[in-house]
Amino acid sequence: MVAARVVEEFELDVNGRREIVRVAAGTPLLMVLRNDLGLTAAKYGCGLEQCFACAVLVDGEATTSCATPVESFVGRRIVTLEGLAADGELHPVQQAFLEEEAAQCGYCIPGMIIGAVALLRRERKPTEEQIRAALDPHLCRCGTHWRILKAVRRAAGQA
Amino acid sequence: MRPLPPALAAHPELDSWVRVDLAATITVFTGKVELGQGLLGALARIAADELDVALARLRVQTADTRHGLDERFTAGSLSMMDSGTALRQAAAEARAVLLELAAGQLGVPIERLEVADGTITDVAKGGSVSYWELSGGRPLRRRASGAVQPKAAQAHRAVGSEARNRIDLRGLIDGTTRFVGDLRSEGMLHGRVVRPPSPAARLLSFEDGAMRELDGVVAVVRRGSFVGVLAEREEQAVAAAELARRRARWAQAETLPAASALAAWLRAQPDEAFLIRDGVPAGAAEPPDSETAWTHLASYSRPYLMHASIGPSAAMALWERGQLTVWTHSQGVYVLREALAQALGLDHDAIRAVHVVGPGCYGHNGADDAAFDAALLAIEAPGRPVLLKWSRADEHQWEPYGSPALVELRAVLDDDGRIADWSHEVWGTTHRLRPMVDGSPNLLAGEHLDPPLGRRGPTPFLAKEAGIHRNATPIYEFPRSRVVKHFVAAMPLRTSSLRSLGAYANVFAIESFMDELARGSGRSPLHFRLAHLRDPRAREVLEAAVDAAGWGGAPSAQAGRGSGIALARYKNSAAYAAVVVSLRVDDATAAIWLERIVIAADCGEVVDPSGAINQLEGGALQSASWTLKEQVAFDASSVTSVDWDSYPILRFSEVPAVETRLLDRPGLPFLGTGEATQGPTAAAIANAVADAVGLRLRDTPFTPARVREAALAAA
Repeated sequence: MVAARVVEEFELDVNGRREIVRVAAGTPLLMVLRNDLGLTAAKYGCGLEQCFACAVLVDGEATTSCATPVESFVGRRIVTLEGLAADGELHPVQQAFLEEEAAQCGYCIPGMIIGAVALLRRERKPTEEQIRAALDPHLCRCGTHWRILKAVRRAAGQA
Repeated sequence: MRPLPPALAAHPELDSWVRVDLAATITVFTGKVELGQGLLGALARIAADELDVALARLRVQTADTRHGLDERFTAGSLSMMDSGTALRQAAAEARAVLLELAAGQLGVPIERLEVADGTITDVAKGGSVSYWELSGGRPLRRRASGAVQPKAAQAHRAVGSEARNRIDLRGLIDGTTRFVGDLRSEGMLHGRVVRPPSPAARLLSFEDGAMRELDGVVAVVRRGSFVGVLAEREEQAVAAAELARRRARWAQAETLPAASALAAWLRAQPDEAFLIRDGVPAGAAEPPDSETAWTHLASYSRPYLMHASIGPSAAMALWERGQLTVWTHSQGVYVLREALAQALGLDHDAIRAVHVVGPGCYGHNGADDAAFDAALLAIEAPGRPVLLKWSRADEHQWEPYGSPALVELRAVLDDDGRIADWSHEVWGTTHRLRPMVDGSPNLLAGEHLDPPLGRRGPTPFLAKEAGIHRNATPIYEFPRSRVVKHFVAAMPLRTSSLRSLGAYANVFAIESFMDELARGSGRSPLHFRLAHLRDPRAREVLEAAVDAAGWGGAPSAQAGRGSGIALARYKNSAAYAAVVVSLRVDDATAAIWLERIVIAADCGEVVDPSGAINQLEGGALQSASWTLKEQVAFDASSVTSVDWDSYPILRFSEVPAVETRLLDRPGLPFLGTGEATQGPTAAAIANAVADAVGLRLRDTPFTPARVREAALAAA
């Protein structure tokens, strides 16, 4: 027999707002963000924490959301791509991606921007190696890597 | 009268292409779709120039069968050539109609009118009227005539501008773009499929009792070996599919060839051989002339490759009152509609297929198959939209792969070191398992239904520069040459169109062999190519690449570091691209580290330089990934490349610096950009490895193991 998962209430801090969601424990954060909170910028890519298309900021760190259950995020500060812009003004990293036209299909881009924001929080002036290391877990299939690197350098004031 | 561009001749109503909106915007239509290649922005630029409106006023609507602008597939680097050329003419004619209306309304001759951002002004008296006052929300009701000449290149403002203003970019960066997998609708159900464990597996038994008791499960669908589940919530659908996977018993069979000997397998299969003349299969090929004393022989191969989209395929479908609507990231919604109609026994009119942007597809991936899966599930839940998503493993194991290829080249070098005779033979499986071929539907689930949908075996693609023989014809001029295509009908794994199709393997082989011939006779790879190259645009591109790279073909002075060059004109009729690669080969690990890729390209008239560069560089980096890292792995029965660990692709730590020099040709036809660099990049990497360490790699991927094998063979 299959044990039914009990639906529980979880309190989350998402993009600076307190959100109460009622879902079964064990539900990945990504599904909660996308289906319960309507925040669809973070994408499903693999469900295996291998591609970082689902990355969101958790207490400032770029974190995959596709395979970790929602209950693990209670009491943590979650920021999605939608939460980066302030008063309609793009975040400087987003602005840099726009200026470099660093996207083709764009599917991986929310995760890339999250990864770059986390890096620049840690390192105001990252080296090329630090940029590449920070983005290394993020997969892009369109071959936009070089432009993405340019965008991150630009956001870091190195372009 | 100008002859109308083919797509406009097929759809001559101007209202099919251009609409003056009620608000102060213009909507233009295309039968093509946005795949991440930047089509929307490029079409908007063309229309903005012809209509004299600001780019910000343009809206672009892509393929939707309800609209009727059928342009078949968005493929073959033809979107600008087909749709861009047609839209340019349609927009020019629409402007002329609007001027005519304005002349009537203002009571002045047309010659006195000028247009600025959609406002038509009488330059003599100053009266004015806008497009929207004249025609806002109303159809033009005119057909294209060919009587209007689009603007001369020097009058273009948006077209060719270096401005970075791709109109759909902001949504991708602020997260507001709704990809197909992001669609949400009232009452929506979530669907998942449970695929067989291997291509030949058949479902023996399936216990679905427990699944129906799972929370939220609405339906468990079994039709033959097709299994799918529907649930209220996504995590419930995933849990139900997981359980179904555990409860299913399959009969499996060992039907796959040895992955390690794929080229030999291709060579050993029964095939149909065609002699290729001027890019066209022209009758059965005779065996090669045994009298020819070939001085040089080499063979090259590539394995099965994945499209490997970062987002697995998805679709939404709604079955309501005998009407099916499918939201899909298909490359060809009209063709998909035909396939769905036949597969489901419905009239075309009962189906609407709407394109919604998806993750990059790079050719024909699982998008159409997912649309059929969604339709099969939606029919079980009338009135409720179904959002169907493939898992990562579904995508890796079941997308139609890029075909494997084997290329055997032969040449005779004369006493002057010039090529006197040339032979190119290429083997491969089909590149066009499109959703509808030869009148029958090809949709994955159709193979699992009981009875299966009657998909016929693949047939050879005999069009000019198609499939296996794409770019098999060399760009160079040789006194004698012979090109043969070997079509292998056997298809142990499904294959279909992967970006650049046969061009990747053929150009990789030709441009590697040219380099081998040059180096073997002590000639510069640049001068050797130029000595056989007449096409002035090709010569200019080659020279531009060398100039941009600052490397003219001189042998490497530093052990372990090297450079290589390669050239092709995609389909021998589209964009020219030359690529220079610089790299180093790590002595200890045998790993190849790309340092720099320099591209020069002539894509005809460039509409959006930044967009064109994005496509050319993306093609080069994707090709670098194929060439260095990728091959679909499988055992005797199953594909074992199921995720990104078992099918690795290029990462940021491995990405070289990339730069591009565009040779713009204002006023000349659009030549496309998306598939020009794949073949040259592969060969330039092989040639750079030869320059760096003296090893010739002829089988992709160039993994450290392959480099070591080549070193051992050379020792």
